[in-house]
Amino acid sequence: MSIRDNNWFKYAPPQRFYELSGKLIPWFTISGIILSIIGLVVGLGIAPTDHQQGNSYRIIFIHVPAAWMSMLIYVVMAFWAAIGLIFNARLASMLALSLAPTGAIMTFIALWTGAVWGKPTWGTWWVWDARLTSELVLLFLYFGFLSLHASIDDVRKADRSAALLAIVGVVNVPIIYFSVKWWNTLHQGASISLTKAPTMATQMLTGMLIMVFAFWMYSIAVALYRCRTLILERDRNAQWVKEAM
Amino acid sequence: MFYWSNFADFLNMGGYGLYVWGSYLVTALVLIIEVLRLRSRNRALRKTLFSEFHESSKN
Repeated sequence: MSIRDNNWFKYAPPQRFYELSGKLIPWFTISGIILSIIGLVVGLGIAPTDHQQGNSYRIIFIHVPAAWMSMLIYVVMAFWAAIGLIFNARLASMLALSLAPTGAIMTFIALWTGAVWGKPTWGTWWVWDARLTSELVLLFLYFGFLSLHASIDDVRKADRSAALLAIVGVVNVPIIYFSVKWWNTLHQGASISLTKAPTMATQMLTGMLIMVFAFWMYSIAVALYRCRTLILERDRNAQWVKEAM
Repeated sequence: MFYWSNFADFLNMGGYGLYVWGSYLVTALVLIIEVLRLRSRNRALRKTLFSEFHESSKN
């Protein structure tokens, strides 16, 4: 195998990525559907109740995956935006733009399910504590990224400006993550710790982790699909698009 | 194996049914809307590109 065959940038041209992602999307979709069915059966049907919160705790099976994804997608989005900015890589910028709406949706789900969980648990839908406020800031960062991008006509200029905003906004992610440690918040501490023994029942933990993977698969499938659409929009005059049509 | 002994208990969620189902329903709805909107955008675009190309190749 020559170096050319094993090129790191093999999938950097949008055309190659378009072909590859077309093959990958069905797999992510199928795994996402299977994992969510298993995760929902375990989480809603099999896992025992929580002795403190009763069955309201079952919101955790979507709340935690969505909250994790909202932060992870932001970091990945900022990473690709930075690559697009530094190396002038079109595909990287398109990937970043493809991730933003899904990240915003994950943030909305985290906030919504958190509010609906907060009502029976804390007696209020919303408090301005550090965790909730920084997660709301994350939602506004996604909105800012998307609206800044939409407000600039030249797409490459839009990519670069939005990338700057995304990179600066990364500082908010550790703030969200550590907010429950750094400040005295109403929000409970981390559900999972790598250093301490698990405090959750095995079935709860299993259900939650399966749902995390399901949300991963969903996000990857949707972001790839959006990226394919963006590639078609931007390369509509390219010869390979005409041949593909 | 299942925690619930019957379907009514499952729906009731120990009195938290409205909260639990309220979060799952909205989540499902939001994700479905995202996929459907994206699909219609993708299809409309491919339709336009397809007809653009086939009209220009006739001339």
